[in-house]
Parts: sequence; C-alpha cells; structure tokens
Amino acid sequence: MVEKTPLLDFFTYTFLIGGIFIVGFPIIYSLIAATLPLEDVSRVPMPLIPGDQFFVNIKEAWTRGNLGTQILNSFIMASGITAGKIAVSMIGAFSIVYFDYKFRVVAFASVFCTLMLPVEVRILPTYEMAANVLAPLQALWDLLHLNGLASWVSGHDIVVSLNWSLLDSYTGLVLPLVASATCTFLFRQFFLTIPEELCEAAKLDGASPMMFFRKILFPLSKTNIAALVVIEFVYGYNQYLWPLLVTTNPKMTTAVIGLQNLIPQADDLPEWNIALGAALLVMLPPVLVVLFMQRWFVKGLIEKEK
Amino acid sequence: MIKRSFFKSKYLPYLLILPQMVVTLTFFYWPAIKGIIQSFLLSDPFGRKSTFVWFYNYRELFTDPLYLKSIFITCTFSIAVAAVSLSLGLFIASMANRALKATALIRTLLIWPYAVAPAISGIMWLFLLHPSYGVVALGIKNWMGIDWNPVLYGSDAMVMIVMASAWKQISYNFVFFMAGLQAVPKSLIEAAAIDGASPLKRFWFITFPLLSPTFFFLTVMNIIYSFFETFGIIHTVTQGGPGGSTNILVYKVYQDGFVGLNLGSSAAQSVVLMTLIIVITFLQFRFVEKKVQYGG
Repeated sequence: MVEKTPLLDFFTYTFLIGGIFIVGFPIIYSLIAATLPLEDVSRVPMPLIPGDQFFVNIKEAWTRGNLGTQILNSFIMASGITAGKIAVSMIGAFSIVYFDYKFRVVAFASVFCTLMLPVEVRILPTYEMAANVLAPLQALWDLLHLNGLASWVSGHDIVVSLNWSLLDSYTGLVLPLVASATCTFLFRQFFLTIPEELCEAAKLDGASPMMFFRKILFPLSKTNIAALVVIEFVYGYNQYLWPLLVTTNPKMTTAVIGLQNLIPQADDLPEWNIALGAALLVMLPPVLVVLFMQRWFVKGLIEKEK
Repeated sequence: MIKRSFFKSKYLPYLLILPQMVVTLTFFYWPAIKGIIQSFLLSDPFGRKSTFVWFYNYRELFTDPLYLKSIFITCTFSIAVAAVSLSLGLFIASMANRALKATALIRTLLIWPYAVAPAISGIMWLFLLHPSYGVVALGIKNWMGIDWNPVLYGSDAMVMIVMASAWKQISYNFVFFMAGLQAVPKSLIEAAAIDGASPLKRFWFITFPLLSPTFFFLTVMNIIYSFFETFGIIHTVTQGGPGGSTNILVYKVYQDGFVGLNLGSSAAQSVVLMTLIIVITFLQFRFVEKKVQYGG
C-alpha cells in the first residue's frame, strides 16, 4: 500500500488463507463425507481422502429424500417470490414517484411502516390469514349484518361464508412473502435519481405513462432488477418458517425443509454421507446464482440495505 | 428530492399501487391487528370461545420463568453470533483489503456462504460437532479435554448453534466491511503514513472510526438475523433443546402457537417481538442518520 511491510504482508496472506479455510472448511468436509461409503463416514475421525461413492450417495439421497419434487418446489417458490416482489414493488414505486394524487402519501406511509417486519413476528395470524384469505371480507360482511340483509331482500335464509385457503399451494408459499417495503423503497430511491427532463421529454413527445415506463424506466432499471433478482432468489429459496407452516403435504414441501428427514437420528444408521450429499445438492442453485451473478449481488446487497 | 414533473391520469396511479396495497393489507396489517387483538384474549385451543382478559397474557408471559429464560438465551445467542461473525468478517475484510492483487478472487472464495440456507449450515455444523462422529467435536474432546456433548449439555448446544449461525453470516459482514474499507480515502492513510503512523495505528485511528457507521449498521443487522432468521438452524439442529437451552424467542412463538396451541400467549409473544423490531428499526434510522456519521 503505502510503504513496504514484508512481515505484515506475510501475516496478511497467512491469515487470509486461514480465514478462507475456516469459511470453506464445513463445505469441503461435507463434500468429502458425501463421497465416502457408510463404513468410512462413520469412522472417527473420518478419512480425508475422497472416496468414489459420490454419485451412489447422491442418487440414494435423491430418491430417498424425494429431492426432485422438493427442489422443483423451492425453485417455483423462489422464482415466484422474486418475480412477484419485483413486479409489485416496481409498479408501486412508479405510481408513488410519477403521479400526484391524494392517496400517495398514505400509500407510501403504509408501505414504509411494514419495513423490516419479518414474517417470523406475525406467524400465527398470517397463517390464519392464509388458511382463509377472504376472512377480512367475511368480517366486513358479518359486521354489516349483510346475512340478515340478504335474507330480508331475497326472502330466504342466506348464510354467506367466504373461504379460500392458500395452504398447500404455490400461491400460499409465494403470496404472503411478496409484499416488500425494501424493494419498493429501493425502486423509489432509484426513480428519484432519474433526471426529470426524461419525463418532461416523454410527455412532450406524447408518450403515455405506461409507454414511459416500458420504454424508458424499465431499460434504465435493468441493473437494479438484476441485483434484486439475485438477492430475492436466495431469500425465497432459503425460506424456512413460512413453508414449514403452510405446507403439510409432502409433495409441496420445499427442499430446505425436506432435508431434515435425512439427518440420521440416534437410533438410525449414521448415514451422514447421504444427508450431506443431499444438503450439498440442495444448496447448489442459490450458491451458483450468487457466484455467477456476483457483481449484481454485491451491488444489490449494499444498495438494498442502505 | 421531490419530482415536480408528473403524469396526469385519473385511475392509473391507483391501479398501479393496488397490488402492493392488497398484499400489504392482507398479509401485514390484517394479521398484525388480529395478532394484537388475540393477545388480549384467552381462547380454548380450538379457538371456539374466547374471553377478553386485558393484559393477562402479557402478565403471564413476563412472570413465566421459561419466557424470561428464553429472553436471556436469545440475548446471549445474538450477542455471541454478532461478536463472532462481526470480528471474523472485519478481520478477513481488512486482510483482504491489504491483499490488493487478489481481491476479486478472495471475494469469490468468501461470498458464497451467504447463499447457503441457515438450515443447511445447521446440518453441516451438526455433523462437524456431532458427539460421536464430528471431527471438530473430536478436536475439542482430545485437545481441550472437554466432555463435549451438545445432545446432553445446553451450553454445548448453544455453542453449536452460535457456530452454525455465525459461520453463515461472516460473508455478509465481509461484503459490507469490504465496501466500507474501500470507501476510506487513500489520502488520509497516506498522510498518516508520512507522519510515521504504523499500519496497525492507521487501522485503529483512521480506518476503524471511519467504519463506525458500517459497524453500527451491521451490528443491528446481525442482531436481527440472529433473532429471526436462525429459526431454520434451531429447528433442524436442536429443536430448542436440550431442556429448552436453545429455545430462542422466535422458536418459542412457534412452539407455543403451533405445537402447544396456546394462542393468546403466542400472540402476546408476537406482539412483543413486533414492538422490539419496531424499536430497533427506529433506533437504526435515528442513529445511522445522526450520531455515527463522519463528514467527508
């Protein structure tokens, strides 16, 4: 940097390699374990030379854990959350920034208030909500005594019960996690930095609001969208609590939750090679997304939290 | 900055904000309000009959030794996770910042644990620290002479979940510290070097104070992470055990609400957590804006 410090440089690199080793160790060790046959993996300490059973273990894990279905479910959930969040928050931010209407302050404030309220703090009521999304309408209906009114108007006894359950469905996995104040915020901040002349010019040329959105705003937002895609995909794929609550049908379980069934318990055979093989396989999609889209990822991470 | 140039349309802006409002109202506000109401009610497990009991659920909660223990556990846990992952993150980042040539490679090697689900991190550490098969557990037993058994001893189980949680968070902290370090003006460092300050002095007196906003922000984020996102780790690794020694608040809400079906208590716990996170968010906005910022 400024002066030559050979000793410090030596320590720097030594510690750096040490740090990288600490961070990488669990994965490397799991990878070795996943290549070993059962009798090797249950030896203490386990041999550190990789075996040749990797594909056998992975195949076993794949069928035993039903990983095909589960990874597909995780994929659908993650993509749904990503696409939904970005679409909803982008048009929301467009509405807040580019239109002047009475409701916009209220809209912005009400979204802002939900900032950082994770699903973990309101699990039970949100679950009840997902079990019947029409509950608020039902409450309104009952509040206004519309049953009585309807009966009176039609002359028959009418009892309306509205029921639409999202449990064990992709909609249920995705929809409650789509609302995101942070994404709306990010797009709002970004739209505010776009020169006003662009909007003026578009108006002069007679572009409609949606045309401006499609032809100017969307292309300009591409980097932000790419950054958010990485962050939200990882977020969606790694969800735990919500899918655990919403799905009871094993066919709808996501991969991260399904893994728990493969962990050897006290009385089982210690088949850690299979459990770890499955774990490595399940973590692969988000890790690849982060590694290949690293540039967007770092940008997105830092901008999102600002 | 506020735009002065607007589009004119009667219905379009409402139409555009509608999806966001619908989702926010149905999945944030309605559940939050229901939760608050529920926390003042005492219901039978099937939710058929409920009576209004004022603050009974809260009084029960804060006199329940199990809940107080859970608060204590959560605080210990989050402080430990934040301390371990922040110090390792900062250490690795400042080393990486010195190794100018290999920054991109180092970043690639360190960044990916961010993408690993907490639960998967839990599984890997469960294996490493397994009392009969784990290699790290073996090292602890042989070198330190500790009778290591996270299945039996609460403190060992706590160490295990701290390791699993902190490991995953190192790369997150690393990314932010790295960005913070690269934003430190080179001229300041060079001026100090000319004045004869050693590299360590320069780090302590210049870089570290300039990193304080990052540090503060990351502390908050790490605490939020260990409060809420570690649910997957607890659920896969310890299930709150042994003997409730890793039963952090978020896990207790789940246990009491979904397993114990104690709706009122679970709702009251949710409200406590909600209040807590609102306070943290508020503090963050106040302090990040005002106190811990240095001009330039």
